[in-house]
Amino acid sequence: MSATEVLPRASAPDPYRLGRRGGLAGGAGGRSLATGHGEGGPASKRVIVGFGFWIFLLSDIVMFSAFFAAHAVLQPATGDGPHGRDIFNPVSIAVETAVLLASSFTCGLSAVATEARSQLWTQVCLFVTGLLGLCFVVLEANDFATMIAQGAGPQRSAFLSSFFAVVGLHGMHVSAGLLWLGTMMAQVFVKGFRDNILRRLICFNLFWHALDIIWVALFTVVYLIGAGR
Amino acid sequence: MSDEGWHDGDVGPGFMEAGHRSVGEGIRGYLIGLILASALTVASFYTLHTPLIWQPAIPVALIVLAVAQIGVHLVFFLHITTAPDNTNNVLALAFGVLIIALLIGGSLWIMANLNQNMVPMHQMMQMQR
Repeated sequence: MSATEVLPRASAPDPYRLGRRGGLAGGAGGRSLATGHGEGGPASKRVIVGFGFWIFLLSDIVMFSAFFAAHAVLQPATGDGPHGRDIFNPVSIAVETAVLLASSFTCGLSAVATEARSQLWTQVCLFVTGLLGLCFVVLEANDFATMIAQGAGPQRSAFLSSFFAVVGLHGMHVSAGLLWLGTMMAQVFVKGFRDNILRRLICFNLFWHALDIIWVALFTVVYLIGAGR
Repeated sequence: MSDEGWHDGDVGPGFMEAGHRSVGEGIRGYLIGLILASALTVASFYTLHTPLIWQPAIPVALIVLAVAQIGVHLVFFLHITTAPDNTNNVLALAFGVLIIALLIGGSLWIMANLNQNMVPMHQMMQMQR
């Protein structure tokens, strides 16, 4: 304690700094210019907007986890209906996974293009993201239609009810994301890279990547583990 | 106070390194994420039918792979980092993980326990006669 008081202020390491640059930037000490810390002043608007949207995403994921819990509990409750391994089409699931991962990647590329302020490449990347997202929704709707045609609709068993609830909820999120994506493309085209448009793009990127995270949990728990049961 | 000080990890989720990152670096970050995520996805699908893993351990292996992939997504796509301005995001994430673990783990635990203590269905039917 006394040692830090004796030392000149400049060499006292910032106790709130996590990880990186600890050694070198320790020289900055309390004079850290990172906003929200030391003398950096309040965080910038985009950091605050990002944080707020992140809170929304986490609450959305908590809602998903309730659907996941219901599905995990009801997975063995097939009644007289089919088991997961009888109705899931592994090829279709693999294709859907690949398409959604690719769309997440192109969405990331659109963020790079936005950072470089390239209207053309931002639009191209968002368009490809939208096309891949649309492919995903169509494939999933096709899967659902096939299952229902086989008599494995949501009213067949508790397992199928919870299956359609959790997978359908994700599909609805992707569909809503597609609407948002179209809106963002129009806004970027008409209004250009204004600050508020940039913040909306950041939020859209977070949303789209979060959907992919939920899909990772989904294909693991619902399809892969479900098919093994 | 150098100009660099202002970008001292001043990034929230979804941001690239606040302006001083080139297009190439940005693309490379997403590319690394894509490759890692693809590898983990392929491993997940492969795990389902591999004889390399003891059969009852496969669900655990799948969950481990999924958690790893979610970590890759968080780091390379959502840009959750250890930067000072990300502290709030990391804390919010930790709280979210706590709630999710309680919700899913608690549901499974309680329902399995109830199932265990239930009168078996055929006995129940006989009692109702």
